Amino acid sequence: MNYEDMEFFAPGHRACAGCAAPIIVKWVLKISGPKTIVVNATGCLEVFSTPYPHTSWRLPWIHTAFENAAATASGIDAALKAIGKRDDVNIVVFGGDGGTSDIGFQSLSGMAERGHNILYIMYDNEAYMNTGIQRSSSTPFGAWTSTTQVGPSRPLGKEEFKKPIAEIMAAHKIPYVATANPAFLPDFKAKIQKALSIKGPKFIHTISSCTTGWRHDPSKTIEIMRLATETGIFPLWEIENGDFSKIKITYMPKQRKPVEEYLKPQGRFRHLFNEPEKIKEIQKMVDEWWAKFETKS
Amino acid sequence: MKISRGATITEPGSTSLEETGSWRTFRPVIRYEKCIRCMICWNFCPEPAIEKKEGENYPVANPKLIKMPVPVINYNFCKGCGICVNECPTKAIDFIREEK
Repeated sequence: MNYEDMEFFAPGHRACAGCAAPIIVKWVLKISGPKTIVVNATGCLEVFSTPYPHTSWRLPWIHTAFENAAATASGIDAALKAIGKRDDVNIVVFGGDGGTSDIGFQSLSGMAERGHNILYIMYDNEAYMNTGIQRSSSTPFGAWTSTTQVGPSRPLGKEEFKKPIAEIMAAHKIPYVATANPAFLPDFKAKIQKALSIKGPKFIHTISSCTTGWRHDPSKTIEIMRLATETGIFPLWEIENGDFSKIKITYMPKQRKPVEEYLKPQGRFRHLFNEPEKIKEIQKMVDEWWAKFETKS
Repeated sequence: MKISRGATITEPGSTSLEETGSWRTFRPVIRYEKCIRCMICWNFCPEPAIEKKEGENYPVANPKLIKMPVPVINYNFCKGCGICVNECPTKAIDFIREEK
């Protein structure tokens, strides 16, 4: 059955105007349908969707700490199995980049290793936006955050590289790992659908623009996420059973745009335009990724 | 307010009782005579504050489209982010400052 015209995520939530996370959530739920149990790690999504005494969710929803969203979901999977009701229920986990790449990584890795039938979706806004834009391991190279300040002695912002979380999850050899971008909606929907049709642990990494932390106009949310893929910074791909040699790149830009087009509209990268060498370095990183994987696809 | 045991929330989707339309500084207004009913604004509305409605009573850009559903903005919830204005392929949505 098609639930596209139903809304399982109610309006009235407190997300900033222009936040991409509710777009991701509404589309995942439209595809997974009413027989879904949602597990939500602490993060922006949990905070803005459940301002006590209200909730935006029209589905069973459980909030867990940062560390244990995947462990809680594993428990739900095991419990449903024990009472013989596992068959047609989707278990979907939403975690931010902090709750996935950083704090919740051990439970996620355990869930993947034990082979639970769960779809884990990481909405990646590339910092701890809910507590005030502190860096995470998913913050990209060069970005300003409130804990990677920019000044005369620190011209760069974050000096370390973004953790390749989807590639790390693919290395767990789980049945399905993909990156997705809501700006490319047909591809996004197809990936959610495909993931839900596969048994076992699945991981989808979606980019999620944050107007507050990325410092851009709220109306540009989709446009900037689209540029992330068109410049090749956030490539869209899927890997099945951890087989990197059969990586499938699902959106192949005819001509990748220069990374400046993605960096320019975002205030968090503004200082980089005084350091053209660093922009070249980002471009080089992107080109290297594509050189490595483009031929395989 | 009565607090339930474990502070559980029992009514699903109850944030819809709390209207966020007052956050708005700019109001998106759909010009239906330019709207091709592609529903891209409905796809990308983060609230979601754009509803799909029967389209027969709305002005139409092309008579062939009259049977298609139309997007209708619910101003009780629209926060005025302007994603719909930015993404509309026919520029059919105006963005007007709220003034009293």
